[in-house]
Amino acid sequence: MNNIIVMPMMLPVLVGIILLFLRPYVKTQRTISLLVFLGNIGISVYVLQLIQQNGVMRLDFGGWQPPFGILFVADSFAMLLVLSSSVVAAACLIYSFSSVKPSFEKNFFYSFVLFLIAGVNGSFLTGDIFNLFVCFEIMLLSSYVLIAFGGKKRQLRESIKYVIINVVSSWIFLVAIAYLYGVVGTLNMAHISERIAEVGQTPMVTVISVVFLTVFALKAGLFLYFWLPGSYSVPITPIAALFGALLTKVGIYAMFRVFTLLFYQEQQITHTLIGILAALTLIGGSIGAVAYKDIRLVASYNVIIAVGFILVGLAVATPSAIEGSIYYLIHDIIIKALLFLLVGTMIAVTGQTRIDEISGLIKNHPLLGWLFFLTTLSLSGIPPLSGFIGKVLIGEGTVAAGSYVLLALAFISSIFVLYSLMRIFLTSFWGETIISKDEEVPAKKGWIVSTCILALGTIALGLGAEPMSVYVQDAAETLLNPQIYIDAVLGGN
Amino acid sequence: MKINNVILRTVAKLVFFIILTLAVYLFFAGHNSPGGGFSGGLVLASALVLLFIVFDIETIQKGLPIDFKLVAAFGAFLSVGTGFGALIFGDNFLTQAFDYFNVPFFGEIELTTVTIFEGGVALVVVGVVVTILLSISEDE
Repeated sequence: MNNIIVMPMMLPVLVGIILLFLRPYVKTQRTISLLVFLGNIGISVYVLQLIQQNGVMRLDFGGWQPPFGILFVADSFAMLLVLSSSVVAAACLIYSFSSVKPSFEKNFFYSFVLFLIAGVNGSFLTGDIFNLFVCFEIMLLSSYVLIAFGGKKRQLRESIKYVIINVVSSWIFLVAIAYLYGVVGTLNMAHISERIAEVGQTPMVTVISVVFLTVFALKAGLFLYFWLPGSYSVPITPIAALFGALLTKVGIYAMFRVFTLLFYQEQQITHTLIGILAALTLIGGSIGAVAYKDIRLVASYNVIIAVGFILVGLAVATPSAIEGSIYYLIHDIIIKALLFLLVGTMIAVTGQTRIDEISGLIKNHPLLGWLFFLTTLSLSGIPPLSGFIGKVLIGEGTVAAGSYVLLALAFISSIFVLYSLMRIFLTSFWGETIISKDEEVPAKKGWIVSTCILALGTIALGLGAEPMSVYVQDAAETLLNPQIYIDAVLGGN
Repeated sequence: MKINNVILRTVAKLVFFIILTLAVYLFFAGHNSPGGGFSGGLVLASALVLLFIVFDIETIQKGLPIDFKLVAAFGAFLSVGTGFGALIFGDNFLTQAFDYFNVPFFGEIELTTVTIFEGGVALVVVGVVVTILLSISEDE
């Protein structure tokens, strides 16, 4: 009986529903939603400890034994991601207290944020591939609503694209699940893995795995990222931060889960394909990051570079590379939220979106400037910040696997990240102060508090890499040895 | 434009109850055979939509002053609540229970917590369908 592991998903759902009744009471809504995320942080830390003691945990819904019922499985990988998503959600929520219009707050804004996080956490925790689809849909349906909050022309145009792309990719997802069910006759991920292992990964299964790869590549922005920069640059700031931090990461998580647990036998086909896509993503993302002058687009292209970088780790699939990917995934969730919040704050303060229209911000907003500088350093992987350890481990892994092309591309892309953000820092924060203090919108306390929380998060993650390594190593071990996961799910019946 | 629709109105009043009966039947049939909260809810919603079409929206809202958004929210709360209810009894999340009771006049009947869950689903369907249709009709 591990009812606690369903809480990161169901607590936000339940509270999101209760908030529907509390529509006029904005203050109550704010307090309750923040409490939920703080509660989730506590729960995920507690569950992480339990996993270290008792191994991978599972919860059979309604007492139906696997492989017949659906279930949630909590391993270290999933719980680390739940923990970081809860931290980011709490920070973005604090930011939204002082930036979201009251009219939005009264139109179920917090409910939908809670449902979004419920979908994200559910995707991390589920042990059933159809349930994964359902959790994806919960997340996407909320994101359709949240992306359009504001109702500007540009937002509506981009959200229509976003909805169409995601509906089509969800349909392909459903088709892929149907194919897989047709071949192996089960939906429980551990059971699928066992059955594929029994008969070997036949060409048919490999083809199905490529269909899954297509779906998750669309969701994660791996090579098929054409929709991403437009969609992620239109929502209001806290939502853009949540999207940039979490939504692509769910696709990446699904890819890690599926290609380490289910389709791990034909690595020369599937993982080579992932490697090629990751390389193309790194190249495309790097070009995009330096090509645009709209700071929201630069931030969005940085998301794409990170996707490529993390999947380099999956493509080479050595123990240290997987470990590095996990570190980098957690780091990227926190730092992308911070980047999007800072970019949003810059735009809110000045009213401009292009780097050549913003100049000399550091005179009136020193803290904002130095936070941005910290983010730049962390994203490009300067020790002791959090990006460093992930990059080193992924680098180590690619060297061990002999994939020097991926190694070179991964590290050249870091230089592009550094360049694209330093360009913003140099032109927008330094230089002549063109907007006087009276003309600017003053930065609100909530903005500073939430960005400082995330900045502390990236420093803590960098300095705390050593104590974190227990959990990360356990997560990597479970990913590399599918048998641990299978035993936890199907054993003991 | 006011059209004379006495026949339509008279028939609708009658048919409304037939549809409601069908909805209740479908709802309870769903426990062991095709039907259930979703289809029952849809039929129930269609009965309400019939009223909205035959009479006008203002009249119905005067007679039935319910915010259908809250109906949907209450239904969702009920469904999710049964999942959490299992936790109170120390069972797995979403565990359902059932038992047989002897009730005078009806004889032995089966009472289950699934019915509460299904009731929630039906309310969500009614609330969402009516809300969507009313929102569309507002746009003229």
